[in-house]
Amino acid sequence: MSIQVQNIRKQFGSFVALNDVSLDFPTGELVALLGPSGCGKTTLLRIIAGLEQADKGNVILEGTDASATHVRDRQVGFVFQHYALFRHMSVFDNIAFGLRVKPRNERPSEDVIRKKVTELLKLVQLDWLADRFPSQLSGGQRQRIALARALAVEPRVLLLDEPFGALDAKVRKELRRWLRRLHDELHITSIFVTHDQEEALEVADRVVLMNHGSVEQIGTPEEVWNAPKTPFVYSFLGSVNLFHGRAGQGALQVDEHSLTHAEDNIPQGAEVIAFARPHELDIDTDLTQVEGLRARIARIQAFGLTARVELERIDTSGTLHHYEVELTLERLIALQLRTGSEVRITPSHLKVFQTPSQPHTAPYIAAGI
Amino acid sequence: MAAHNKPFRVLPGFNLTLGYTLLYLSLLVLIPLSAVFIKTASGGWEHFWLSVTSPRVLASFRLSFGASLLAAAINSVFGLLLTWSLVRYRFPGRKIVDALIDLPFALPTAVAGIALTAIYAPKGWVGSLAEGYGIKIAFTPWGVLIALIFIGLPFVVRTVQPVLEDLEVELEEAASSLGANRWETFRRVIFPALLPALLTGFALSFARAVGEYGSVIFIAGNIPLVSEITPLLIITKLEQYDYTGATGIAAVMLLVSFVLLFIINGLQAWSTRRIGRTV
Amino acid sequence: MAGATATLNAAHLASLNQARHYEDSPATRDNPLVKWTILSISLLFFAGFLLLPLATVFVEAFKKGWDVYLAAITEADALAAVRLTLLAAAIAVPLNLVFGVSAAWAIAKFEFRGKQLLITLIDLPFSVSPVVAGLIYVLLFGAQGWLWPYLSEYNIKIVFAVPGIVLATIFVTFPFIARELIPLMQAQGKEEEEAAIVLGASGWQTFWHVTLPNIKWGLLYGVVLCNARAMGEFGAVSVVSGHIRGMTNTLPLQIEILYNEYQFAASFAVASLLAVLALITLILKTYIEWQAARTARDSQQEETP
Repeated sequence: MSIQVQNIRKQFGSFVALNDVSLDFPTGELVALLGPSGCGKTTLLRIIAGLEQADKGNVILEGTDASATHVRDRQVGFVFQHYALFRHMSVFDNIAFGLRVKPRNERPSEDVIRKKVTELLKLVQLDWLADRFPSQLSGGQRQRIALARALAVEPRVLLLDEPFGALDAKVRKELRRWLRRLHDELHITSIFVTHDQEEALEVADRVVLMNHGSVEQIGTPEEVWNAPKTPFVYSFLGSVNLFHGRAGQGALQVDEHSLTHAEDNIPQGAEVIAFARPHELDIDTDLTQVEGLRARIARIQAFGLTARVELERIDTSGTLHHYEVELTLERLIALQLRTGSEVRITPSHLKVFQTPSQPHTAPYIAAGI
Repeated sequence: MAAHNKPFRVLPGFNLTLGYTLLYLSLLVLIPLSAVFIKTASGGWEHFWLSVTSPRVLASFRLSFGASLLAAAINSVFGLLLTWSLVRYRFPGRKIVDALIDLPFALPTAVAGIALTAIYAPKGWVGSLAEGYGIKIAFTPWGVLIALIFIGLPFVVRTVQPVLEDLEVELEEAASSLGANRWETFRRVIFPALLPALLTGFALSFARAVGEYGSVIFIAGNIPLVSEITPLLIITKLEQYDYTGATGIAAVMLLVSFVLLFIINGLQAWSTRRIGRTV
Repeated sequence: MAGATATLNAAHLASLNQARHYEDSPATRDNPLVKWTILSISLLFFAGFLLLPLATVFVEAFKKGWDVYLAAITEADALAAVRLTLLAAAIAVPLNLVFGVSAAWAIAKFEFRGKQLLITLIDLPFSVSPVVAGLIYVLLFGAQGWLWPYLSEYNIKIVFAVPGIVLATIFVTFPFIARELIPLMQAQGKEEEEAAIVLGASGWQTFWHVTLPNIKWGLLYGVVLCNARAMGEFGAVSVVSGHIRGMTNTLPLQIEILYNEYQFAASFAVASLLAVLALITLILKTYIEWQAARTARDSQQEETP
């Protein structure tokens, strides 16, 4: 089933949690809402579920406006971050809950309920736990039971709030793959909220990046990773080097240094910020050239498949800047770098953004490297 | 080797504080309380049995236990409603109501006793109203009930309140997203979570009511066989220098207290298992 | 057990800190009809059973005017009762305070066998009827009591005298402070105290500089409740007092005497003093809850910036 949200706005006191958000979630996809905490992703999920009311805007489920429909009638499956399993009920009773509270004329018989619950327990591979109580389960098991409970009522969509947030790293990785496989089996339209980029990129068909109550970019994991559209997305996904400067003729002026770039729609003299991934930078030891940013090598890490070089530069105002460059081991050996020596950083690819007139950049930097 | 057998303790003062605790507890509580049982035993079983099964004593047991049970039941119902209002709704004066719930705790029982009597006596505010319908409240068992409701209310509210406050909203949201209506959610999710606390509050309220004296004697009228509570009978016997009679009744009450204490501890253990916290 | 009614518990403090709005979410909102029914039933019950008696005390106290009121509370017997009430509380509260701290230290900071039993025994006086509490001291120290031969030899009077009143008061207020401190200190663990010892502090310094600041609100809370009960106790004190006017009458007993003599206005005048004490107790209690909630919130913010 498709989900559309149109012009959703939600405010808590003076805090704008969602600012005019419109999104389309196509049928059968698994979509991740990704962003830092406080970006509004959970609020959006809760509004879609009907657990929260938007101040403005509509939620459209399969073409019909569901904005006024109560959560109990929306037929959405919701998996809570801390599972919200009913502690006084066994695993079986937890999963059967949604079936047993149906109005009498729609309620299946106990036999049918039993069959259905057993089926679901098999689906989440925990059929041997039916008589246990939630307190006797591990975190990963609770998560799967919570999912089975949500699926029992055959929801039209599945919404998951930070589904792996409360689990340790190893279980999280396992469960991530398991959820992906389950989705491939069921093909139920699903949205999950996460602040973990790895999780979103690995599991989802499509990623919605959110910041400050607005959508920054929508795309497949490859699209958002390879072609970030906004400074926020650039700094939020992966590690990145940030340069502040002024646009010159085909180059970026950072203090007295200049970095060439291929962007052609930046007006000359404009204040800009530029991003480059560590592998998009190179190091040149020839200091007679002017092209590139002069910096001092602080640390070299030469283990693994590639080597990482950390550099520092003090600008004219006395502020210390850090850079990270990723080189092949061959390149590292060829350059014969030494800690403390001065080199030039030259970008092979530089993404340049004009600085917005509002002082909106601080959070990007905070979310950066 | 010997040094290893001695428990290793980093913090000082264990022997001193535990020793003092045990000494103080024994001198002030345990030894005096055991006097009741020793005195009862010294009078002989037959004497004990005769004195606690006399019609007047049995009538007082019926009244004390019956009124206490009823008061605890009434408090459980209204206490739950009151707790629900305090936790779930915002209304003007909520914080004042919340603070005043503990009034029966802070107000000396004698003060409560005369105040309740003034309200429910035939000339009193409510008493005169009831009189119009031919109902007598003060100086009857109904008066005892009123006093015991007053004294027991905070036990229910204060036991259920933290559990209701602690109940995750997500449980209700989950129930709702699974299609349960409000009543189903209350019946199947909220109430079972509150039940251990509610029963604990009931038991606490009952235990307090059984032993209550000050707030009851003014309003009860203290008519033997009708509105005479057990604690008062102990005092009456003492004033008649019937020490063994008084002690026998006291022994029964103490036994009931111990059983109640046992039950309450069990309820709290159940509550811990069920909802992961003590009440 | 009765501690359940008045403890600084974490859930309540947390709820003071975060005003949850159950009525904002469709999943936790009650139907308005249900809401107003529950609200009006519970508030009526509250007003009828709690507010009305409190108001009655003051109405009855001033029924015969200010002069009668003033005369009643400045009468010699009433003043003697005030003095005795203050004396009993002044002895019982500090003794139970020392006991409470000592018991909580032993129970919260160390492991030993029979700990759970000890906690139950400390609670015991709460579940004993006050009348039985008075009776046990009569059995020990009264004219037919076991210790009577020794006491009469040295002409020591305990029952029907001030010491008996003090003993009965100690008994009924026995668990208050310990009950408050034990769960609090158990929850706090002993890491901070161990750190202090590692840094070279003595046992006393550790208690004074590390433990006490952590438990001060709980301690105060216990003291306030203990004091209220000590000054208001009626049943237990009634049994051991002998009702000797001007000698062994506390304020609650004075109320009873005046009431039984049909001096209703005077009786309510004395009662109003205790009602004011009760109100002060509730105000202090609420104040301490707010302070403790603030402290809890501040330390929480330190942990999760």
